[in-house]
Amino acid sequence: MLTNISNVLRACAQRNGAAAVMSARSYADFTTQATFEIKKCDVFKLDEAPATEVVMTREEGLKYYHTMQTMRRMELKADQLYKQKIIRGFCHLYDGQEACAVGIEAAINLTDHLITAYRAHGYTYTRGGTVKEIMAELTGRRGGIAKGKGGSMHMYCKNFYGGNGIVGAQVPLGAGVALACKYQGNNELCVCLYGDGAANQGQIFETYNMASLWKLPVIFICENNRYGMGTSVERAAASTDYFKRGEFIPGLRVDGMDVLCVREATRFAADHCRSGKGPILMELQTYRYHGHSMSDPGVSYRTREEIQEVRSKSDPISLLKDRLLSNNMASVEELKVIDVEVRKEIEDAAQFATTDPEPPLDDLCNHIFSNNPPVEVRGTNPWAKLKSVS
Amino acid sequence: MAAAARFFIRGANSRLPVSSVGTGTSGSVGAALLQLSPRCSSRLKTQRRHAAHFTYQPDPVPTQYGETQKMNLFQSITSALDNVLSSDPTAVIFGEDVAFGGVFRCTVGLRDKYGKDRVFNTPLCEQGIVGFGIGAAVAGATAIAEIQFADYIFPAFDQIVNEAAKYRYRSGNLFDCGNLTIRAPWGCVGHGSLYHSQSPEAFFVHCPGIKVVIPRGPMQAKGLLLSCIADRNPCIFFEPKILYRAAVEQVPVESYTIPLSEAEVLQEGSDVTLVAWGTQVHVLREVADMAQEKLGVSCEVIDLRTIQPWDIETVCKSVVKTGRLLVSHEAPVTGGFAAEISSTVQEECFLNLEAPISRVCEDDQLLKPSQLLLVLKSTHSSLFPPPSSSQWRAARKRHFVDRLIRSASRWPPCPSASSI
Repeated sequence: MLTNISNVLRACAQRNGAAAVMSARSYADFTTQATFEIKKCDVFKLDEAPATEVVMTREEGLKYYHTMQTMRRMELKADQLYKQKIIRGFCHLYDGQEACAVGIEAAINLTDHLITAYRAHGYTYTRGGTVKEIMAELTGRRGGIAKGKGGSMHMYCKNFYGGNGIVGAQVPLGAGVALACKYQGNNELCVCLYGDGAANQGQIFETYNMASLWKLPVIFICENNRYGMGTSVERAAASTDYFKRGEFIPGLRVDGMDVLCVREATRFAADHCRSGKGPILMELQTYRYHGHSMSDPGVSYRTREEIQEVRSKSDPISLLKDRLLSNNMASVEELKVIDVEVRKEIEDAAQFATTDPEPPLDDLCNHIFSNNPPVEVRGTNPWAKLKSVS
Repeated sequence: MAAAARFFIRGANSRLPVSSVGTGTSGSVGAALLQLSPRCSSRLKTQRRHAAHFTYQPDPVPTQYGETQKMNLFQSITSALDNVLSSDPTAVIFGEDVAFGGVFRCTVGLRDKYGKDRVFNTPLCEQGIVGFGIGAAVAGATAIAEIQFADYIFPAFDQIVNEAAKYRYRSGNLFDCGNLTIRAPWGCVGHGSLYHSQSPEAFFVHCPGIKVVIPRGPMQAKGLLLSCIADRNPCIFFEPKILYRAAVEQVPVESYTIPLSEAEVLQEGSDVTLVAWGTQVHVLREVADMAQEKLGVSCEVIDLRTIQPWDIETVCKSVVKTGRLLVSHEAPVTGGFAAEISSTVQEECFLNLEAPISRVCEDDQLLKPSQLLLVLKSTHSSLFPPPSSSQWRAARKRHFVDRLIRSASRWPPCPSASSI
């Protein structure tokens, strides 16, 4: 009987839309939470390790799924728009690495701080940006999160410091933010991300030293996606154990394709920082499906088989989906509904991003300096004087 | 011709006080041109791709260096590096991604030909690359370091300025890193935005001890690069990235050098001297043609080639002849190299100048809104002048010609050497 009703309702839902499905199967049918075994993290200079048995509730699972799916679809849409030349300039896509952003955000608060490099669309979303704002920024319109002036690599929102183009330059900045947190005594920390290519930059090591010396509450996270642009880690680094590179900073190596692993490790790291023990280093082993940027096909330095293998065996969204389904925490239809919702959201955002007007000319030279009263700036045509207001 | 031009300019001067330049008045051709000056409007249009703002003008086929082959800029660089690696057994090339050929294909095939101990990748560390290069050079190897984009050269700035430039001096000539050459793609490319478009030559010329060289095309690039490598001083060689594919001409296959610190007069003229380097040379050549056609103004175009130490003599001789100077570069105007040229020329040729020296550079004032504009240009082509490429180019050139008139019209003409 119940099954018949649910079948009918499900059929209705598929015609009508999202809302009905939740009522098709009663909550009693789903498990509210389950315990999962996750991979043990490799540790360096640590006596304890993050837990290997974690609990995830149904709500959390659906939230992670929704967020990761949104990020995946958003990146694929950006790929499409770039190929249509609606997005110009540079575009570094994050698909494949969603578990990192979602896992980290799940373990910290929105009041904590985060800074990353140029592969930043995912983090902009998890830190509070909306898909509309992000896509409008990619297309350079006034509705963009940086008013259309930043572009793909320069997206910012509250407690999210970007979005940085120069490799490795954001790491000392992250330590500075952590210093401010410590100084202000607000129990916040800073998550400072960089890639496997950037891990060989000198300023990273300078930052390790300062953070350790002054016991700054910073979590250094190396997102190791195995390739720095086109160079594999073996060819770039004398030591590919990026979590040990801190030498005097404790380290964790984490499976970055498993959102629960990342969440647990980040929780562990956050506790470490907040207890005043100083910085900690995490290496997330992850993978990107696209090339380094849109001008890189991504297959000249790695094989399609490798990409396919990762996609089929370790895709973060599939892993989460399997977990939810096999533990009866969600149904296939429910997830499909989320997919449809996400698709719609992305379509709307893309529509907005394509039709929103570009920033007004008056905005062209604003915010160069902080100046009061407004200053005049010479335009490309010397007789066109533009105003700079801040 | 010169007299006629001066008459014309005098006419323009009387009708166009500088303050009303933007509004335009009827009458002289100059005013009409000024009226046509593009005024940025906030028309909203769908984005359009910008065509290049210039047409590359190839050099005539050189006959004195032997057999030539059609090459573009990156192929001419590869050819130069090939010549060096074969003639100099101590030569090594290194940088990010040079092994597979480089992101601009400047080192394609060299690793296969000469081995992985001579052409190798470095990790992502510019300061390390240059520091390492200085060490290799000091120890006797001919080190050719590549920085992937000139915008990334700043982590290495300390090594270049504090170590490379001063090595010979501080060791009393006991050691030097003259064997070091640093190559980097340079300049605007249209979609580069903040960090793939910079022209940082001005930062380096401020430091005695290093040479800065910028070619305008493949044939020049090969000769100048080979000179840089042979030169006994550390050199920075900036390659205009927009020309890597766009510039094609006949380049000698064998090794040859073009002397450093020698500017080249590309076309002779008598009314105004135009000085530029790199991509901007081609823009100025078009401007010179336009000025001749529309105004009857005869322009002398000079390619500076070596920025530091620059050929003061050639430029000053030209200014003495023409009495007017306009310097143009892609970098922002404040503290750009045009300022240095301007200052030196007014010191040397003050009494020969008939008008203030004009600089037409990327606008700046503050924190490089040029980069902002580049970002915007790549995504908001609707903000900028007319859609079709020829109209856009024409508008840009009008801008230059307007500047010519403006610089000429500021002072009443006075007798110069050429009119006596």
